[in-house]
Amino acid sequence: MSKTGHKTSQDNATGGRKSAGSQPAFPMRGSLLRKNLMTALLLAPATLWLVVFLVLPFIAIAIFSVGERAPEGGYQAALTFAQYANLPARATAFWNTMVLAPIGALACLLVAYPVAYYLALRAPQRWRLILLALIVIPFWTSLLMRTYAWMYILGGRGIPALLVYVGIEDLRLINTPGAVLLGIVYGYLPLMILPIYVSLERLDRRLLEASADLGATPVSTFLGVTLRLSLPGVMTGFSLVMILLLGEYLIPTLLGGGKVFFIGNALVDLFLQSRNWPFGSAIAITLVLVSVVVLIVANRISTRLSGARRVDLI
Amino acid sequence: MPKSYRDGLPISPDKFVDQLMRLKRGSISRRDFLGLTGLGVATAVMARELGIMPTPAFAAENLGDRMSIATWPNYHDPQTFENFKADTGVAVEVNVFGSNEEMLAKLQAGGSGWSLFVPTNYTISTYKKLGIIEALDMAKLGNFDGTKEDARFTAEGTIDGTIYAVPKNWGTTGFAVNTKKLSKPMTSWKEFWDTAMAEGDGRTMVHDYQLTTIGNALKYYGYSFNSLKQDELAKAEELLLKVKPHLFAVSSDYQPGMRAGDAWMTMCWTNDGAQLHRDIPEIAYVLGKEGGEIWTDFYAIPKDAPNKPAGYALLNYLMNPKVAVKEHLANGAPSTDARVNALLPKEVLDNPILYPAADLLKPLEFGAAATLTDPGRAELMARFKSA
Repeated sequence: MSKTGHKTSQDNATGGRKSAGSQPAFPMRGSLLRKNLMTALLLAPATLWLVVFLVLPFIAIAIFSVGERAPEGGYQAALTFAQYANLPARATAFWNTMVLAPIGALACLLVAYPVAYYLALRAPQRWRLILLALIVIPFWTSLLMRTYAWMYILGGRGIPALLVYVGIEDLRLINTPGAVLLGIVYGYLPLMILPIYVSLERLDRRLLEASADLGATPVSTFLGVTLRLSLPGVMTGFSLVMILLLGEYLIPTLLGGGKVFFIGNALVDLFLQSRNWPFGSAIAITLVLVSVVVLIVANRISTRLSGARRVDLI
Repeated sequence: MPKSYRDGLPISPDKFVDQLMRLKRGSISRRDFLGLTGLGVATAVMARELGIMPTPAFAAENLGDRMSIATWPNYHDPQTFENFKADTGVAVEVNVFGSNEEMLAKLQAGGSGWSLFVPTNYTISTYKKLGIIEALDMAKLGNFDGTKEDARFTAEGTIDGTIYAVPKNWGTTGFAVNTKKLSKPMTSWKEFWDTAMAEGDGRTMVHDYQLTTIGNALKYYGYSFNSLKQDELAKAEELLLKVKPHLFAVSSDYQPGMRAGDAWMTMCWTNDGAQLHRDIPEIAYVLGKEGGEIWTDFYAIPKDAPNKPAGYALLNYLMNPKVAVKEHLANGAPSTDARVNALLPKEVLDNPILYPAADLLKPLEFGAAATLTDPGRAELMARFKSA
């Protein structure tokens, strides 16, 4: 949510700059005014949207986070940092999330890269569009429904029931860490494939030929040219998936049996079960800050790895 | 509950779609996964097609054309709402919830949009204290007859002589066991927890619900189900943390796991126990001999109900014994109303899952209001879940 928000605001900002910069050297005063007014008008809906649905809620959450839990639950006004001091009470949840998010994103990457590579460089041109569509189509169904389908596929009436025929009895697939990982890879794969595909598609194939002509093996060509040049896509996909995983709670609940507790689960419980809004708000604020740090770090790494080329992730 | 669960084959596309539709209708087991995941989105509209009938029975008061009820999954006969619409022209939107805490959270936040909801006994005093629910106008509930209600189950709806809620049905919290997988006969919570760490390793479910999960762990040591004492809760926590690695799931959506054979034992409410046993006879329902929970679910009307006339009309309709009897046959929970019991078939009244023996009922406790809002129990649950 905040990610999209950032993106929109910056795109608009760049748009604004560009239009101002492309003015003739001595513009007519009236036309400049009209242009600025036009820019303001065009920006207004997005700005209003962001203020109402991002900035104001964020301020409300920040205010809640320095409050106290009312005796019957909810919020009561106060000015205290007790909620932030209490953050270690959810340390395990934070830790689980910090482990899951990179591992999940990495698993996604390992599955997505070959697919994106095939699509961009190997697939016949006439099939490409169809294959891309096939990757996007599952997104038309909600993640909840698709994850629920996995519950049945992995559950006792699904794959284990088939395995009985080859002599494997009482195998349990559902509610295991493997099931959670599978759900994550399945759910977020397109978000990883598409950015990598885009960066690979732009790859200048003459570079590959040049690399081969200069005596590089296919492996070193891949590592030195292909992978290197697709890093911006890789980092975009990686941080996109990672940010979403930081707030994930559905897949661990449904495919992990609610035994693994992520920060998203902690948030849901604090707001809907124990109704400790201030503590939940403090955790939400912390999570937003962590997400921003992750994005900044990912951006830095990506810039460094891809040879000091600026890459805009946010 | 569809019989299709009985066959041992993997789920077919048809059945999956069927499940999906059930999910949309909000008729998957009580406190189902949607509620648990905090989405509460199992909001389904029943009988949304255009009103053909005007409002003959309630012509005196304008009931509008729609209202919203918050309730538990698998808890009503869908036909009830269809019939209500045919009689009054009011379409009923059914919102399904996972826990009392969640209902309270929604009502505390305001703007729930419900004109009727189904809270459990121990929450009513808190709702009253917070000024969230309305003192019921009994003149509008002619079908309710307090003298025919079993007082044991109705007391908590009345506060200082004022009626704030009227009962829907009662029930117990025990555990369900697949006796084909776990053949050792069990009769106590001690055996439940011990088995979870032995023969039932990796196959046992506990509720994602502090009241029952902590309460039944307290029963292992013979403490009160509602205990708020530090040392007793510490013992319960010790047990829960020890059991955690052996569990199949922490979830109140236990019917799918039990039906698919993935889970062999689970904490269970009466109505789910009755449904599971009806469809899969080897699944038995056990009440721990140490005690545990007995509960009554009530109907109440929020103060900010957008359509109070329709809320009252539906409540009065549901209090009609002829309507209520169908509700009980559909959800499998025992009635508090003698007029309804008189209409129920004998085999229902003889079902020991619904009507356990007196010596098993005696040690059961109603949930205590303090557990609903106690931060200590909430934090204990969070530590258990994140362990």
